[in-house]
Amino acid sequence: MLKLGVPSKGRLMEKTFDWFGSRGISLRKSGSDREYAGAVDGIDGVELVLLSAGEIPRELASGTIHLGVTGSDLVREKLANWDARVAELAPMGFGGADLIIAVPKFWVDVHTLDDLDAAAAAFRRRHGFRLRIATKYHRLVRDFLREHGVADYQLVDSQGATEGTVKNETAEAIADITSTGETLRANGLKILDDGLIHASQATLFRGRRLNWTDEQRQTLKTLQAVLGI
Amino acid sequence: MPTSQATQTEARRLRDLFAARGALVIKADVLQSAGTLLDLYGEDIRARSYVTSDPLRGEMVLRPDFTVPVVQMHMDAHAEPARYTYSGKVFRKQETDEARANEYVQVGYEVFDGQNPAAADAEVFAAVAQGLEGLPLRAATGDIGVLMDAVRGLQTTDDRKAALLRHIWRPARFRALLKRFGSDQVPPARAALLAAEDPFVEAGPEIGLRTREEVTARIDALRADADAAPISGEEIALIDAILNLRETSTNVLSHLRDIAVDMPAIGGAVGRLDARLGALADRAVDVDALPFEGSYGRTSLEYYDGFVFGFYASDRPDLPPVATGGRYDALTARLGQGRVVPAVGGVIRPDLALELT
Repeated sequence: MLKLGVPSKGRLMEKTFDWFGSRGISLRKSGSDREYAGAVDGIDGVELVLLSAGEIPRELASGTIHLGVTGSDLVREKLANWDARVAELAPMGFGGADLIIAVPKFWVDVHTLDDLDAAAAAFRRRHGFRLRIATKYHRLVRDFLREHGVADYQLVDSQGATEGTVKNETAEAIADITSTGETLRANGLKILDDGLIHASQATLFRGRRLNWTDEQRQTLKTLQAVLGI
Repeated sequence: MPTSQATQTEARRLRDLFAARGALVIKADVLQSAGTLLDLYGEDIRARSYVTSDPLRGEMVLRPDFTVPVVQMHMDAHAEPARYTYSGKVFRKQETDEARANEYVQVGYEVFDGQNPAAADAEVFAAVAQGLEGLPLRAATGDIGVLMDAVRGLQTTDDRKAALLRHIWRPARFRALLKRFGSDQVPPARAALLAAEDPFVEAGPEIGLRTREEVTARIDALRADADAAPISGEEIALIDAILNLRETSTNVLSHLRDIAVDMPAIGGAVGRLDARLGALADRAVDVDALPFEGSYGRTSLEYYDGFVFGFYASDRPDLPPVATGGRYDALTARLGQGRVVPAVGGVIRPDLALELT
């Protein structure tokens, strides 16, 4: 059996079902609405596993599931060295959102990472601590800022309502996912001109094939042929 | 992974060797307060070391090296000059290469002696070289101090020099800054900001800890920067010449003397290099064959600010350096809240040394 992990609820699940459905493979929840069991029609040898989108990267990396649908941002955030551990089979064209860095709109002197770096240096001298950036995407943000040579910042963890942290004075800037930017604007924030860390979308991934059986490899080939990917 | 018997024996041999040179054997806690390291190195330390939390002591870190605890210990003890040696495990996250060890033994030799910095540099290099005697290694050396003095001597504003000095250890940002400071073009968004009668029109509400006054202060700084003359092409070429040096130490010294004619600010650093090469020669190091790279040490952690060196396995490019070291006066200044204690040290990885025997 080839185990396919799919987000267990919400729009991401529905869109994933639609994406497979329009390509001739029907995925559905089996049993009651509360049960996380699934059924697959249109191909043999594939088992549907419903999981939280956030757990799919780890389960793929450990080999518990063989294929998985999740946000490309989550894979990059949760898996160190992600591209050696999973492979992208197909971007799916929905669930799009950008991971960006945003600062207060009233920082009229800050448009770019270069400005942010200079502001962070001055902030640290003045306040005695590093400029705080609230995020839940620690790895992605840290790698991005290191690559661009931004210093004198610190990351503070924020698992929700990140846009509000600046107003609440628990952070000076944020790095978060946004699709329209409306929540950012409503909270008096603006995106840096060069502050796009990652343009994320729902993506079909496969794990490493080290311990796959011939049958599993064949099933993947068939699946890819049916899906046209 | 438990340390092998052979590695333990080699570590003991090296520590005894350093102790025989007059170093005091010291120990350090495995768990260190994360605050100091985070303040020094920022978020990068989280990517490189194991940070965990303690319900009473706050964030703690499994020591990524001995430098910070040794400096703290020394600053508390106040006795100078001092020489220390230690042997123990350090812990490093490996995010890209699973084959690299995430815990391994380091044996170190640290000298706190401001009497004769050149002699102290040579002493540490010679001690490490002695510990590695007979192994197929190549040495690499450099001197961050030359580059720092070159930046300090540029014909430009103090703000620009400070910005460049702050990014000595981040080559990409250093390069971007140098390029911008060498141009008289102001980026369009910045030009619009500086031209605006009231820059805060449509700025939105003042939120967060960074105040309007801080924003205004930076706009003033940007205005002053826009008025500053660009750093000349000649000066940028001299910085490039220093960064691109890659020769034997003796030849580098003669090149740097030529560069110092046009850039007198590096005269002091060139003199220190000269004195160091003399001190190394006194300890029977063949400086005519000792490689020197102008950029060496810039991608390591901050605070190496003078002599830097490493020993690499000649035929094993896959291995990390077997030994590294350098001068870190800036680190003692930072930890000593202004009190600078000249310090230079080096560490050997006995496990890697054994792989080469």
